[in-house]
Amino acid sequence: MRRFLSAKGLVGLTLVVLIVAIALVAPLFIPETAGTRMDMRARLAGPSLVHPFGTDQLGRDLLVRVVLGAHTSLTIAGLAVLLSIVVGLPLGVVSGYYRGHLDNLLMRLVDTLLAFPALLLALTISAMLGPSLQNTVIAIGVAFTPYLARIVRGEALRVVQMPYVEAARAAGTSDPMMIVRHILPNIMPQVIVQATISLAFAILAEAGLSFLGLGTQPPASSWGLMIQASRDYLDRAPWTALVPGAAVAMTVLGLNMFGDVLRDVLDPRARA
Amino acid sequence: MTQALVAIEGLKVAFSTDHGPVTAVEDVSFSIAPGETVCVVGESGSGKSVTSLSLMRLVEFGGGRIVDGRLRFRRGDGSAIDVTTADAATMRSLRGNEIGMIFQEPMTSLNPVFTIERQLTDGLRVHRGLRGAPARARALELLREVRIPEPERRLKQYPHELSGGMRQRVVIAMAMACAPRLLIADEPTTALDVTIQAEILGLIDRLKRDNGMAVLFITHDMAVVAQMADRVVVMYRGRVVEEGPVAEIFERPREDYTKALLAAVPRLGAMRGKPAPEPMPLLGAEAEAAPPRMTERGRRLLEVSHLVTRFPVKSGPLRLTRAHVHAVEDVSFGLDVGETLALVGESGCGKSTTGRSILRLVEPQSGTIGLDGWDIRSLGPVDLRRARRDMQMVFQDPFASLNPYRRLRDQVAEPLVNFGLARGSALDDRVAELFRRVELPADFGSRYPHELSGGQRQRVAIARALATDPKLIIADEAVSALDVSVRAQILNLMMRLQAEFGLSFLFISHDMAVVERVSHRIGVMYLGRIVEIGTRAQIFEDPRHPYTRALLAAVPIADPRQRRLHDDTVFRPLPSPVHPVGHVPAPSTYDEVEPGHLVLALD
Repeated sequence: MRRFLSAKGLVGLTLVVLIVAIALVAPLFIPETAGTRMDMRARLAGPSLVHPFGTDQLGRDLLVRVVLGAHTSLTIAGLAVLLSIVVGLPLGVVSGYYRGHLDNLLMRLVDTLLAFPALLLALTISAMLGPSLQNTVIAIGVAFTPYLARIVRGEALRVVQMPYVEAARAAGTSDPMMIVRHILPNIMPQVIVQATISLAFAILAEAGLSFLGLGTQPPASSWGLMIQASRDYLDRAPWTALVPGAAVAMTVLGLNMFGDVLRDVLDPRARA
Repeated sequence: MTQALVAIEGLKVAFSTDHGPVTAVEDVSFSIAPGETVCVVGESGSGKSVTSLSLMRLVEFGGGRIVDGRLRFRRGDGSAIDVTTADAATMRSLRGNEIGMIFQEPMTSLNPVFTIERQLTDGLRVHRGLRGAPARARALELLREVRIPEPERRLKQYPHELSGGMRQRVVIAMAMACAPRLLIADEPTTALDVTIQAEILGLIDRLKRDNGMAVLFITHDMAVVAQMADRVVVMYRGRVVEEGPVAEIFERPREDYTKALLAAVPRLGAMRGKPAPEPMPLLGAEAEAAPPRMTERGRRLLEVSHLVTRFPVKSGPLRLTRAHVHAVEDVSFGLDVGETLALVGESGCGKSTTGRSILRLVEPQSGTIGLDGWDIRSLGPVDLRRARRDMQMVFQDPFASLNPYRRLRDQVAEPLVNFGLARGSALDDRVAELFRRVELPADFGSRYPHELSGGQRQRVAIARALATDPKLIIADEAVSALDVSVRAQILNLMMRLQAEFGLSFLFISHDMAVVERVSHRIGVMYLGRIVEIGTRAQIFEDPRHPYTRALLAAVPIADPRQRRLHDDTVFRPLPSPVHPVGHVPAPSTYDEVEPGHLVLALD
């Protein structure tokens, strides 16, 4: 526990808790109309007392929109990464643990998916399923699965060769128990690191899909949508990009720090 | 001492860590005269490597800092400099030029992407300005000097094309390139097989005599010290414990630590004329009586016959099997209850694969393995699991054989849980009992592996192996990674357990001196076959097979009066154990020279 109280742990934990809290609580207090209320006299206005973070091209308050957007962005990114872990982790572990023909079959499948850029894959899936929050999650989740499966498989291959796995086999440990007790705990650090990185990419992937009209639908707000909308006004109103960009950056920073510390906390070797 | 080549005075080196600075070496002083070999000996963590790296100021690249002390080095032109205060340019002119260095691992101390020529001429270009043909000529000369066969061909080869012993010769040639006045050798033979070790030690000794070069030799092996040193510096926990001429250190050690270190070294030949294994004498502890012989001895526990294990070598786009590595080839032996059979041999001889084949951790191709009524090779998965209760394994590396994420209690309990042998409080009692048996406090159960020392971890691994009350324990290099004093304790523990529970050990090792100490019978393996098998006395006192003799002759003796540094010109390339598919090797046939003493008949 003391690890969480290190400077890095505190900052990471605070950022993550704060952002998640905002994402969860904000929709309860801010009426949905607040995010779409347009102030036509103050389009692309700079930060002021009325609009602390400025306004966008339609005169909507960026603070309100970034706060409301947290919910959409984090829900989609979180669920998508969760989906990729739920599918990719067993896939990778089974592949790396059993090897042989099963491994070959699964990995060729994964390679096929890897042949497409993740975003293109998400785009295709999303286009086939149609735009909705649920389908966006599926599209991003599926697109990220092969990367996770590859990493998990590589780690599983490494761990399987460790003498403690052989010792456990000699001690009569069954395959499911071997995976649960010996393989999974030893590959978790890499899964955690990959998950925190994936979360950041998932937020951006959602932005990409929204930009093409397949993700979040206007007038609803998401960070990705806000960044995409700002592209025409970068020279006149850079804050329209900076505000949602900073939100993404803060989230990613917080998640990475949190992930690092979480990994250390789970590692008995790092406990003082 | 004004003529000393190197004078180390009050050296103190600290490393900065997350928990603040840690002093690795403190108040270390000794000197090296020109043309002298000084051996720095100590166990892991004694600071011997840090001391040698400080001489080149290489510690700084590993996060260390020379906090205090002076390192005076007399240069080729007669001037003396203090290495601790020298500037970067001066240091570069020393490194690889006036001071050469050889590292432990010949596999990684050569850069795999450059040819031997390129790596040999690197130092010549930097320090001597030699290029092209003259550099090439000098490189050839160096390779001849370290007695590498076909030197012209070697220049164009890459490191992976050379054997370990040859690579270490290249590393030595590189260190010798600029004719250094001091050669630092940091455990240069630890990663090598014993016959190659003998060659390399002989080579270093000859180069030293031919060139009048001083050698600073870092090692943990007292036997190597006895063979190489003029003077010895014994280090312990970052300090110098004792220093003196080699004969004095071995015959009249003054400090308790030196005495303990010497007592813990098994000496080849020390067991001559003794009927059974004996515990190692440990300083400070009562001399242990030889464990009583098991009454049940004479009953066969394990019978291995005509065991063959091969690994496929796949190549081509279709991953077809083109050849096989014949790791174990027609191996037969038996092991009695309460007996220790040692399998000895050099790396790649198939001794570990034999052990793992018996447990079926690798699948043998043919042969039979009989363990106490079980026909191991015919068992299905369910029966195999049950049969494994009777045979357990202890591995070489105590750092890798325990899962870093599980508490030790759970790891020792795992076999019991797997076989449903105990649960609830009975399980706790049994685990506590196992910890007691390997002489560890029971509260270690709540710790994680990293909190224990190497020796303690190996005790936990033994406790885990004992959990199911096995009849056979296969110890695969179980003490090779341990420091000498810890190794002696673990060996004694294993012998005590054998006496108490009638355990049989298949003791796989490359260390002849250890094997002589612990085993009743010995099988010598070479290229997948047992070339000679017999009682300890038969193998050690009357070796018949030429390989057994070569192996015994190569073992360094921990006695400075019995020096036998070999002429290093002997060069026997190891035949390859890889044969194409369809190759039918001859069966192993043996001559029985004495009852129970078998010698392989084919060459």
